Amino acid sequence: MAKVEDRALAPNASLNDDIGEATRLRMYRTQFEIRESEQRAFDLFLQNLVKGTSHLSLGQEAVAAGCAAAMKPGDLSFCTYRGHAHTLARGVPIEKVLGELMQRDNGLMRGKGGSMHLTSVDHGVMGSYAIIGAHLPIACGAAWRAQYKGEKDVSVCFFGDGTTNIGAFHEALNFAAVWKLPVIFICENNLYMEYTPIGDVTAVPHPAADRAASYGLPGIVIDGNDADVVYRTAAAAYDKARAGGGPSLIECMTYRYSGHSRADPAKYRPEGELEKWKERDPIKIYRERLKQFGVKEDIIVGIETDVKRQVDEATEKCKAAPPPALDILTTDVYADGGFAWRN
Amino acid sequence: MAELTYRDAVIRGIAQEMTRDPDVVFLGEDIAKAGGVFKATVGLYEQFGPLRVRDTPISEQAILGAAMGAAMTGLKPIAEIMFSDFFAVCFDYIANEFPKSRYMSNGQVKCPLVVRTGNGGGARFGAQHSQSVENWCMMIPGLKVVAPSSPRDVIGLLAAAVRDPDPVIFLEHKSLYPTKGEVPDGEIVDKLGTASIVRPGGDATIIALAMMVPRALAAAEKLKAEHGIDCEVIDVRSLVPLDTQTILGSVARTHRLFTVEENPRLCGWGAEIVSIVADEAFYDLDGPPVRITTPHIPLPAADILEDLALPSADRIVDRVKRSLQS
Repeated sequence: MAKVEDRALAPNASLNDDIGEATRLRMYRTQFEIRESEQRAFDLFLQNLVKGTSHLSLGQEAVAAGCAAAMKPGDLSFCTYRGHAHTLARGVPIEKVLGELMQRDNGLMRGKGGSMHLTSVDHGVMGSYAIIGAHLPIACGAAWRAQYKGEKDVSVCFFGDGTTNIGAFHEALNFAAVWKLPVIFICENNLYMEYTPIGDVTAVPHPAADRAASYGLPGIVIDGNDADVVYRTAAAAYDKARAGGGPSLIECMTYRYSGHSRADPAKYRPEGELEKWKERDPIKIYRERLKQFGVKEDIIVGIETDVKRQVDEATEKCKAAPPPALDILTTDVYADGGFAWRN
Repeated sequence: MAELTYRDAVIRGIAQEMTRDPDVVFLGEDIAKAGGVFKATVGLYEQFGPLRVRDTPISEQAILGAAMGAAMTGLKPIAEIMFSDFFAVCFDYIANEFPKSRYMSNGQVKCPLVVRTGNGGGARFGAQHSQSVENWCMMIPGLKVVAPSSPRDVIGLLAAAVRDPDPVIFLEHKSLYPTKGEVPDGEIVDKLGTASIVRPGGDATIIALAMMVPRALAAAEKLKAEHGIDCEVIDVRSLVPLDTQTILGSVARTHRLFTVEENPRLCGWGAEIVSIVADEAFYDLDGPPVRITTPHIPLPAADILEDLALPSADRIVDRVKRSLQS
């Protein structure tokens, strides 16, 4: 089996045709779906139809698409509050995601969780965690269960660059390495934690990969805007984990086009930085890749048209959906379905 | 029937559940090969093997996070946090993750796990290894909170906690580990949310938890022998769910209420019970309810100071006597 780090750094990796057209078309569709859904979420926020907060993955679509495409059914995703992309990438319907953002009864959790906590156990999306670092140990636990029961699923844990400076990150990395758990840590390094550049507050240039050696893991940094590179690296890491080889830590270099959250206009970015990254837009890269591999323009446009229609239909369904039923206020606090704490 | 220490009851309780259900796994610091710093897990590693009884690094967040991930995906983990004071370094899981995942996911995520921990004072360990943190846990919707006072209850309540589908904080009292009690043979399974009248009496109700139960019982014997005051002592056992019916029923008979709490004064569980009784049984009371607590201080290390801080049998006697005679 090729080492994960070798796969990540393979020369001309993006030109090796080991992925196949069906997977490539799926990854393009996923990226386009995330782009359109996130853009729609932003538009709905401007109309005051998305309430609370939201953290968009515009510009980071390739990480979600590549990692999800390499997963098998039964594999588990653990996400952060910036988790819409990873939720959609596992096949959760757009309507369910937008419905939750719009706090409607048709939302994924009927409005009880909100944008930061998207969860769909049926799709393997085991939660979106809004406390930085919390889900890294949790993903370790899910991986421990697979190891203990001899099950072959892997737990994939997504987080941002800012997470690398919190204790739970380091506890989880050590724990996973010592117990050789089938867990894959995917750092989406978008250069900013919230408003502050990660480089201003971190002792090493690569906040995830440069820490990997502390836990006996190779430092892997990849182009997070190229879905093929993400797919190959993730697939190698999943294979290694399934074979009992233990965890991997992969740092994906990418960039978020919008601010940290809906309250952030991202004025702290140096002039021209956004434009420079948009030249390497993951969807633009991938559209060109498809054409390079001989996919016809009308197939690509067909996917785009179909996704746009789906986003429009989901939006209309959500607008028409009622708010959550009031009787769910006190349900599911405890396993008996209610919230009784006394007799 | 056999006499067992509280410490050995922990071992027997865990073993009972691990024998019954192969999905019960156990992790924590020094719990496996070393048998636990309080020797309350001796022999489990040898009995159940390295896959089910696992030593961890000193990483409380990793311990609780891993327990949660395992619980969400089908195991029934028991996690040990050596001292309950260390909840403060992994409180995210206790406050934000275990108890909210089911609600936030609209019922999709399940979190059936037990966190065992050494709680409470009396060991002269000072302010960061002696606290009674039951109130830190009681205030969080979605958690269940249990604290046994006897070896029999250790086994029965631990079994109930492991079999419960919700996250349960299981507070073992450090100073009770060497204490002994009669324990029936065979499987013991209790029910969470059931208080127990450990001494019937007609003149006053004294409600206690964990190490305060034997002290309340000692006080009740002295009050009866020396002052002719016949107290009913209730072991709350489970703060969440809370058996208010047993408490309200007792107050309806005795008309007086005392709580004995090891925790510092503010926001103690006794305040919640007094509030419930005031709301629902005010006219049953013949006098103001009285809370007997540790003062609102960090616990000192020196024995004479710690003994002064924690409610003692003599303090309980004095408070009850003064209150009933006034």
